[in-house]
Amino acid sequence: MTGKTIITIKGVKEGLVFLLDDQCDFVELLDELSAKLDKHVQQFNGPIVHIFIKLGARQLNEEDKERIKSIFRKQGNLLIQSIESDSPEVDPDAKEVPQLHTMIGMVRSGQTVEYDGHMLLIGDVNPGGTIRCSGDVYVLGALRGSVHAGTQGNEEAIIAASLMRPTQLRIADVISRPPDEWTSAEPWMEYAFLREGKMAIDKLTSLGRQRKEVMLFKGV
Amino acid sequence: MGEAIVVTSGKGGVGKTTTSANLGTALAMLGQKVCMVDTDIGLRNLDVVMGLENRIVYDLIDVAEGRCRVNQALIKDKRFDELYMLPAAQTKDKNDISPEQVRQIIESLKPDFDYIIIDCPAGIEQGFRNAIAGASQAIVVTTPENAAVRDADRVIGLLEKSNFPSPKLVINRIRPGLVRSGDMLEVDDICQVLAIDLIGIVPDDESVIKAAHSGEPTVMNVNSRAAIAYRNIARRILGETVPLAHLDEKSGMFSKVKKFLGMG
Repeated sequence: MTGKTIITIKGVKEGLVFLLDDQCDFVELLDELSAKLDKHVQQFNGPIVHIFIKLGARQLNEEDKERIKSIFRKQGNLLIQSIESDSPEVDPDAKEVPQLHTMIGMVRSGQTVEYDGHMLLIGDVNPGGTIRCSGDVYVLGALRGSVHAGTQGNEEAIIAASLMRPTQLRIADVISRPPDEWTSAEPWMEYAFLREGKMAIDKLTSLGRQRKEVMLFKGV
Repeated sequence: MGEAIVVTSGKGGVGKTTTSANLGTALAMLGQKVCMVDTDIGLRNLDVVMGLENRIVYDLIDVAEGRCRVNQALIKDKRFDELYMLPAAQTKDKNDISPEQVRQIIESLKPDFDYIIIDCPAGIEQGFRNAIAGASQAIVVTTPENAAVRDADRVIGLLEKSNFPSPKLVINRIRPGLVRSGDMLEVDDICQVLAIDLIGIVPDDESVIKAAHSGEPTVMNVNSRAAIAYRNIARRILGETVPLAHLDEKSGMFSKVKKFLGMG
């Protein structure tokens, strides 16, 4: 399709290494693979050759791996030794600590911002605007719209804002409607969190106590 | 080369057409060559407000579809030599013209005029996209009501997405008495939410209704407070620094006397 080779074959001492492109479409890759094997059918006749397949960043399930194997099986003398992908998560801690994404600007009516991780918005969320995040949401500005934190069920997520005047707040599966359920007219920064499954509001300075994080700032 | 300004709001009935008619006329009064373009196809009003309905021969769709040249469709105002308008079609709808066609028509008007005021229909669909296509500057009209401010915010978001660097805000139909008693949004609160430059505040004024009834733009009325507000907006468009008028000056002789006696 493109001029680029999506399959590279390298000879090594133990046999042949097939380097498969990890960006192209999987079906396209399978077609190219059958074509390549058919073309070189002469070379692949003879003694048993060990095959090592490297998928790059592509992740495959067993079914798809089987589809690759079946293509090789058509050539009698090719014996697949391994099908490998590059390990995706190098750092297992990376998944546990979500990224903090900083965004500058206003979320106006009709606009939605979604992010997988924590989010810091420098600007206002206007009525009709929405932020949805799998982690915490911090608004350095006026929160007048709606925010859903912990979208994937994280009940520990919090929503903090310089000025807390939301139309609706959600944390995990809990929905709260100010001012019917609670009101805030405080001039200081506040945050919303779940206390025994119910939405609660407190001043931001209480967050450290709630999370029981040990503060170890060294002073003079 | 002229500057094309679209007057928009999202919500209907907040005074887009009135604002377009009055800004167009006010700019013409200040010696500018102005063309007003009505893009509210199917529900044209600008010609009625301007009292020019009976002069329409060709319209915007006729120009777009090549049935006439743009100069043939322009209607010269009966009061000002330098004021023209291009009416919308009444028998078609918004989908009968494309943003690209509108843009070309506006471009063809630019060399002949100082200002092109585009009156946008309500809504954020095709009609809105048509109206903003040729413009390089936008004026968002809102009234001090939550619904209108919400829609204005939505429109500002869409304008910012369409590369309008800094839309300007007009707050229309302010009733100082209601604001004072806390029953109407305050100008400062609206500006805080919308966070764009305020270019004018217009008080609610009966003379606007009377003017629309007679087909004379309000700005022609020397005594109207709304007229002064519109003239001030026009001067601000021209780059003058005009302070915002105090809206609660509306005190009759009796209250002035009361104030003088320390009873006010």
